Amino acid sequence: MFIIKYKKIFLSLSIILMVVSLVFVFTFGLKLGIDFKGGALLEVAYSLGRPDVSLVENAVKKLNINQVLIQPTGENGYIIKTRDLSQAEHEALSGSLSINGKYPVTEKGFTSIGPSVGSELAHKAILSIIFVITAIILFITYAFRKVSRPVSSWKYGIITIITLLHDIIIPTGIFALLSHYTSAEVDTLFVLALLTILGLSVHDKIVVFDRIRENLRDGGMKNFAQTVGVSTSQTIVRSINITITIIFVLVPLYFFGPETTKNFSLILTIGLFFGIYSSLFFASPLLVWIQEQQDKK
Amino acid sequence: MKKRIILALIILVLGSGVAYFVYKTEPKLNKSFETQKAFFKKFPFRLGLDLSGGSHLIYKADVSAVPAGQVGNSMDALRDVIERRVNLFGVSEPVVQLQHGGFISGGGEQLIVDLPGVTDIKKAVAMIGQTPLLEFKTEAPKGAPQKLVVDKNGAANVVDVSPQFVGTELTGRYLEKATLEFDQNTREPRVNLQFDDKGTKLFAQITKDNVGKMVAIYLDGAPVSTPVVREEIPNGQAIISGNFTPNEAKLLVGRLNSGALPVPITLLSTQTIGATLGESAVRAGVKAAIIGFLLIALFLVLWYRLPGLIATIALIFYTSVLLAIFKLMPVTLTAAGIGGFIISLGMAVDANVLIFERMKEEIRKGNNIHDGIHAGFKRAWTSVRDSNTSSIVTSIILFWLGTPLIKGFALTFGLGVLVSMFSAITVSRIFLFALGINKNNSLTSFLFGSGFSSAKKQAQDMKNN
Repeated sequence: MFIIKYKKIFLSLSIILMVVSLVFVFTFGLKLGIDFKGGALLEVAYSLGRPDVSLVENAVKKLNINQVLIQPTGENGYIIKTRDLSQAEHEALSGSLSINGKYPVTEKGFTSIGPSVGSELAHKAILSIIFVITAIILFITYAFRKVSRPVSSWKYGIITIITLLHDIIIPTGIFALLSHYTSAEVDTLFVLALLTILGLSVHDKIVVFDRIRENLRDGGMKNFAQTVGVSTSQTIVRSINITITIIFVLVPLYFFGPETTKNFSLILTIGLFFGIYSSLFFASPLLVWIQEQQDKK
Repeated sequence: MKKRIILALIILVLGSGVAYFVYKTEPKLNKSFETQKAFFKKFPFRLGLDLSGGSHLIYKADVSAVPAGQVGNSMDALRDVIERRVNLFGVSEPVVQLQHGGFISGGGEQLIVDLPGVTDIKKAVAMIGQTPLLEFKTEAPKGAPQKLVVDKNGAANVVDVSPQFVGTELTGRYLEKATLEFDQNTREPRVNLQFDDKGTKLFAQITKDNVGKMVAIYLDGAPVSTPVVREEIPNGQAIISGNFTPNEAKLLVGRLNSGALPVPITLLSTQTIGATLGESAVRAGVKAAIIGFLLIALFLVLWYRLPGLIATIALIFYTSVLLAIFKLMPVTLTAAGIGGFIISLGMAVDANVLIFERMKEEIRKGNNIHDGIHAGFKRAWTSVRDSNTSSIVTSIILFWLGTPLIKGFALTFGLGVLVSMFSAITVSRIFLFALGINKNNSLTSFLFGSGFSSAKKQAQDMKNN
């Protein structure tokens, strides 16, 4: 199996990808959405064509709401982002947008999130990621408890966690790059996408490990490396096919789905791609590498 | 053999029944929906605020004055009051939820109010803001903290910074009703309060302990009336005689009767979604789901041929059952929830793909098709079981921890995994066996082949290798 044969190359490639992604995250930073840092978002539509951005900017400036971000959306609308607003400020803002009544405007949506709610959400999001990862390592240790030779079952758990980190670090890095050039922000849906990637990627790993478990039990292979290699190639078609089917639903979700889930489906597609990559080209080589390190001792 | 065919027919009939139910109960699909029997009208999809339009408000409850053991009770009372208040305004299917603070969720005690269809947030906030906060306080004990302030001239002044009154357990939650009265001598309007059983006991205790002292009645955080207690009042009646105009008094009675807040609340965040925004999101979601479904079906049939066709039928079965569950439970669908459902379409065939790949392998090993199907199902089972268990564990954690948005996703996703285990394993197995294919000839070998080659050719390839 070429994956095992060239395992050092594949392992290095994954490590390079992770390092590059981390560099992206730290140089570009992750822009937090109002879900997490608090703030307000107002979406409006102008029925008779929208006024120039500068007109809107001038109108809003008079209100003493600092740091207003105005982005065009759709054919004739704007999204206006500010700090969190009180009810009175909200009314003043939506009142000013018609530019003294010259441009009839309707409010399509308004969200204002206090900073405390935001930090609470961020707290929850981080906790859920930690809980999910912990539950997965426990489950894998349990599910593979009978497989303790030549690699003990908790090491399968650890490998899963390392590859899971791989699977969420890379999309996060790409997202950091993306959000540097577009208006994409880290919101609850982004965290949800990461959590879904975790779930789907564990699926893949379990299928490969299950095959290794079965082949170890049945015996007949020369050594551990061969067992892992054969098991990986036996599951490769399934892994690719299932990723394809999920991407088949994500692509329409990106192109035709609701605006809110656009970034979500994009991140998920990227994550799925790297998830399948890591199941085949990272988890398996890593497993063999760990076993070889064990033997050296 | 006969048994299997009958079983397959039963599944087909049941599945069609479920699909028919989904169709019949959906106004957008069923053109004669309006003339339908009442039964079918009871089960539309329940759409979340982001899809139906409406307001979402988060309030923070200040429970600092409530004794630790009483917090839960007060919060429940708060929810009841707000719920009554919202219902009074004729909002359809409002949701009033509590969110408790703590290590897991962080933050303090919160009240979440969802008002579908109310897109005027001004009105919504005002509606809830009018709920009065009624508290009874007693005089602070003497010797409460005081502060010595030295003024410019060097003279020391004692400044009482502690509040003059301290809170008691008696609040608006124990109020049974309020009535408007006029003082017989002065013709001044007064508000008469009648407490419930618990409130009557509390009030009796407070008045008994404070004979000769003042008991302050606070409304919305300000004292409106500070009568001196002359004797214990055992009948649970109190009178507020602030200097009301008749109109003010009447308004107050109305507000009190629709429920008084047991703890003060402040608005933390608001969200309104216009109806048009939601509608276009629904349309987009449905479109994406249909296209995704067709792509999967096409792929399954082209790649896995006959088993692929059966997997597609199982997927239709899966979709109908899941949608019916959404209607019956009912599950509140949000954009994220629809996303979860769409992804679960892709996941639902996972078990099928695993089984079919395994089947193919077994047939390649030289098993005949019948045995190959058997072995495929049997040997794929452990990975199907383990991978789906981990998905279910993940969705349970997300549901437990998540914010409403994540909860919606976790619910549709978790239900999807459960239903798919049934549809992809049991249903497709019954159908495959019901076909009763035992022979190995070029047709069956083509039907059970995959990708670009037939099963027979693949078997030969294996031998040659």
